Amino acid sequence: MEFSELIRTGQAQAELLRGPEMPPLRGTLCVTGHHLLLSPGPQATPDLWLLLLRSVDSIEKRVAGDAGTITLRCKDLRVLQLDIEGVEATLDIARSIEALSSLESVITSFPFFYRPKGLRLGEAWHFHPPERYYKRIARETRAWRLSEANEDFSLCPSYPRAVIVPRAVDDDALARSARFRQGGRFPVLSYYHAPRGTVLLRSSQPLTGRQKLRCAEDEELLRAVLAEARPGARGFIVDTRSAQAAKQARMTGGGTEAKAAYPGWKRLHRPLERGRPLQESFVRLMEACGDPEQSMDRWLSRLDGCRWLSHVKEALSTACLAAQGMEWEGACILVHGAEGTDSTLLVTSLAQLILDPLSRTMAGFQELIEREWIQAGHPFQLRCAHSAFSHTRPKHEAPIFLLFLDCVWQLGRQFPLSLEFGEGMLLALFDHSYASPFGTFLCNSEKERCLCEVRTRTHSLWSGLNQPKEQRKLRNPLYVPNPLAIWPSVEPQSLRLWQGLFLRWTHPPEPSEVAWEKVWQIATDQKTEGSQPTDSASEPQP
Amino acid sequence: MEHIRTPKVENVRLVDRISSKKAALGTLYLTATHVIFVENAPDTRKETWILHSQISTIEKQATTATGCPLLIRCKNFQLLQLIIPQERDCHDVYISLIRLARPVKYEELYCFSFNPKLDREEREQGWMLIDLSEEYQRMGLPNNYWQLSDVNRDYRVCDSYPTELYVPRTATAHIIVGSSKFRSRRRFPVLSYYHKDNHVSICRSSQPLSGFSARCLEDEQMLQAIRKASPGSDFIYVVDTRPKLNAMANRAAGKGYENEDNYSNIKFQFIGIENIHVMRNSLQKMLEVCELKSPSMSDFLWGLENSGWLRHIKAIMDAGIFIAKAVSEEGASVLVHCSDGWDRTAQVCSVASLLLDPHYRTLKGFMVLIEKDWISFGHKFNHRYGNLDGDPKEISPVIDQFIECVWQLMEQFPCAFEFNERFLIHIQHHIYSCQFGNFLCNSQKERQELKIQERTYSLWAHLWKNRGDYLNPLFRDDPSQTQGTLHLPTTPCNFMYKFWSGMYNRFEKGLQPRQSVTDYLMAVKEETQQLEEELEALEERLEKIQKVQLNRTQVKSKQSEPSRHSGFSTSDNSTANTPQDYSGNMKSFPSRSPSQGDEDSALILTQDNLKSSDPDLSANSDQESGVEDLSCRSPSGGECVPSEDSGKDRDSDEAVFLTA
Repeated sequence: MEFSELIRTGQAQAELLRGPEMPPLRGTLCVTGHHLLLSPGPQATPDLWLLLLRSVDSIEKRVAGDAGTITLRCKDLRVLQLDIEGVEATLDIARSIEALSSLESVITSFPFFYRPKGLRLGEAWHFHPPERYYKRIARETRAWRLSEANEDFSLCPSYPRAVIVPRAVDDDALARSARFRQGGRFPVLSYYHAPRGTVLLRSSQPLTGRQKLRCAEDEELLRAVLAEARPGARGFIVDTRSAQAAKQARMTGGGTEAKAAYPGWKRLHRPLERGRPLQESFVRLMEACGDPEQSMDRWLSRLDGCRWLSHVKEALSTACLAAQGMEWEGACILVHGAEGTDSTLLVTSLAQLILDPLSRTMAGFQELIEREWIQAGHPFQLRCAHSAFSHTRPKHEAPIFLLFLDCVWQLGRQFPLSLEFGEGMLLALFDHSYASPFGTFLCNSEKERCLCEVRTRTHSLWSGLNQPKEQRKLRNPLYVPNPLAIWPSVEPQSLRLWQGLFLRWTHPPEPSEVAWEKVWQIATDQKTEGSQPTDSASEPQP
Repeated sequence: MEHIRTPKVENVRLVDRISSKKAALGTLYLTATHVIFVENAPDTRKETWILHSQISTIEKQATTATGCPLLIRCKNFQLLQLIIPQERDCHDVYISLIRLARPVKYEELYCFSFNPKLDREEREQGWMLIDLSEEYQRMGLPNNYWQLSDVNRDYRVCDSYPTELYVPRTATAHIIVGSSKFRSRRRFPVLSYYHKDNHVSICRSSQPLSGFSARCLEDEQMLQAIRKASPGSDFIYVVDTRPKLNAMANRAAGKGYENEDNYSNIKFQFIGIENIHVMRNSLQKMLEVCELKSPSMSDFLWGLENSGWLRHIKAIMDAGIFIAKAVSEEGASVLVHCSDGWDRTAQVCSVASLLLDPHYRTLKGFMVLIEKDWISFGHKFNHRYGNLDGDPKEISPVIDQFIECVWQLMEQFPCAFEFNERFLIHIQHHIYSCQFGNFLCNSQKERQELKIQERTYSLWAHLWKNRGDYLNPLFRDDPSQTQGTLHLPTTPCNFMYKFWSGMYNRFEKGLQPRQSVTDYLMAVKEETQQLEEELEALEERLEKIQKVQLNRTQVKSKQSEPSRHSGFSTSDNSTANTPQDYSGNMKSFPSRSPSQGDEDSALILTQDNLKSSDPDLSANSDQESGVEDLSCRSPSGGECVPSEDSGKDRDSDEAVFLTA
């Protein structure tokens, strides 16, 4: 495809305003296939200002006299204002940005053209596949196996090629179970909790429907899980819908596990919001944060009206419940909602962070996101098509991954020494999940990524982030490995609005940046004295 | 003690309000100064000490099958729920505490019996640590415009002011006395802070007795004199910190505010900070929110908003910001008053000074600030904090609000303050504890009459001695942030005002971050310093050894020392974030160990209870990281509502975790 067809103008003179604490930039504005460029005049600094067009969430244009103003609201929540000379130029640039930022084709997107210095294609793509995680489990127990029944994505289009399942269940049974689960997402292992020998599983809802259908293989699969854990082991099914909603789902062919059919398993309903309500919560929160007229009198009720912090509280509570079931009750846990690609993943990934010290290391956290979000089939392309500023009616957008990052941030606030990565890592993940030069968050599933040859034709975000120059931004200098579970407080007093994200561009970050620099300085002074590398513990131990 | 009806009650249970853990069984003791609960559990024998002066309310609740519950709320926001088996014992404890918590004369307060085993000289030195004349000198006074006035010698003009006061040189005794007669409680305009960078001052007073039309020439001359004392500016601001309506209501009582027509070159400004009664109720409402059991996010946010607490904090901050801007940006002097000029005026003057002058953001400077704007200018500590039994309508969290303003600033400017959160919490604690003499009485005059300095000890000396505990490791003693004015963003920043759970829920450790960045960094810093010193000493030694030309093997053995040390300490740090080991680890660092040698055990225990790195946490917590039992606390847990159709649908088999 020719981008040039969509680019209406070559260039224009413009001034860029980047927020309250940043000096304006003047120069020549230019639209390319993937970027908006501002090149300052020869007298100014030679630095080029660059914006990935993909990260534009909404665009507003105004003209007055012989000049115009374009307001760009970005997916990373930045608001930029461009004052452009010439009405025609303004309109042309606005139209070009509109057209180029909303291109749907994956293979013409920037990651397929991005070739940074110092990185090689294909690097880090095989860094975190499920096979690697299976090796970890196989060291602990013989009860599980790596099945390649989904090699051609025929069982489940949103699962990766290989999944971890009970050894006692063969591939045929998996295929039958897959037919009994929405989207073919039969129960697979998400996390093996070695200290108690229990497991965390995830799936989608069973297709019981009005007729209360059953599936022997699906029942057998869950029975095998309990039998392998230990004789008389119990299981809990954490359904992320209300009991009412789960029952209603039968009308449309879904449903939930009947007690009689799954002996040893008990159901718990923990309704978590997803989909449109969650997206609207995000939109309202950003409106509140950006409202200059907001008075203190009504700020807290408005914050409450956004519901965002309630979602954080519910998500953490449910994850704690799942973790507690494994750690204290010695029970196996199966998590699912309806499709099993959203709140399900939120719960399973948070539960792992709470329980598993390895997932709190830099490498372990990247592996967790790759395994529990990307490979597990969270539809990033659909969910992150637009951020909080889009005027278009949301279809599939929902900031469920952002909610996960916020919960991780809350964990980090309550346990400031226990995560090897810092806030910078969470911010980077947020930015890249919505718009990125890397291919990691492209598409909705492993199957789609294979079709688009994402692995061979784009660079992996992980290789980008793991470059030494990024480390000071991403790592937590206070990290000390903590072998225990980290149980957060989920009381409202303990949860806070994540200022560093939601107010990143409107509130001057300078004092906190200075503080972060100082923390690094103190902590690294010590580290060099102690002459013991900190990341030695981040590697999985044999 | 004649007020103690029963000195000891056994088989009392202490209920842990937050976690679902079983109530601790133990013995309750009443002493002359403390309520003490000692747990029976033989391995811990955990003790909880409460000073009588900290008790705010005692509530006897309806007797149940298990016993008679007694709820003790403390002024430092501790909440103690005891269950006493016998109704009779409970009643005796209740009656005794009612009396013990409300002493009628100063001599009953703890500071008169508290003895930290310092000799007389040390005590006197302690009182000399903070010296206000030194502070005025630091500000550059006296100078050509300002002088020390002896008009209030022997408290002749105003009995709630100190004797040492700075006034404009051109303000004669005649003007001062005349002005004082025109001001509530004779609190005439005096200097609070002098900004020597641009010779601008912040002055304070009480409201004028202007009524609807009264004037006072001397008072007008007094304000004129203040304006002339800062030659760079042709006007001064007069800031009335009350809501306009309140100020107008005062006019009917013959009080009120300055009429711009009568005073030449003033700019008059209202800043609506509510009065002490509104603030008292607001705190009460907020504490009710803090006490909610498992509140939802909405319960909490609505409750917090309805309490109005953060709105009031913002009003105080806004006033301080307004004044700081007037001084630093407009170069105009400011006269601040409210009604009597000892509550809101003190809050606002000290917030403005803190914003303007980095000195007040240091450990010692902050003590000076409280000594100056609060203690010396007659903030009524006794009435506001209910040290002696008195009118409950006089009680109000005025200084608590100031302390919270400082915390809010610390959150915004993590590198600007030399002290940490713990410092603020301990000061708040001691304002109510009456363990030290600093905050006794309502004025300097009363303190002098009571001979406080001869009979009690100074808190400042105590805090200074333990300053290692109060340092902020991120403090940057360089110009970028600490010099000059703290600039708050001009964009609206409602979100900047946060609920301070470290203060209001501070005894609920489960709600606090489980690991302290401050403590960790201080430990790291200290260790780095130790290592550096060691290295230096070793290098010196090495040099000597080389001079004497001893053989190399000896040198080698010495060199191995530092590496051994650092190896040990790194392994220490590696386990530092498990709460159990954490406090243990902290103790191994010199500054963290309580100074047990020279204080009586009562003090040590109160001190320990105060620390945010409370050893309690390790004693109580489960094998995991100070875990709270989620299953019965949060909606995630056992007490969740069963599915709506439970009982009707045989398929609704929602399970409930058993609570341990």
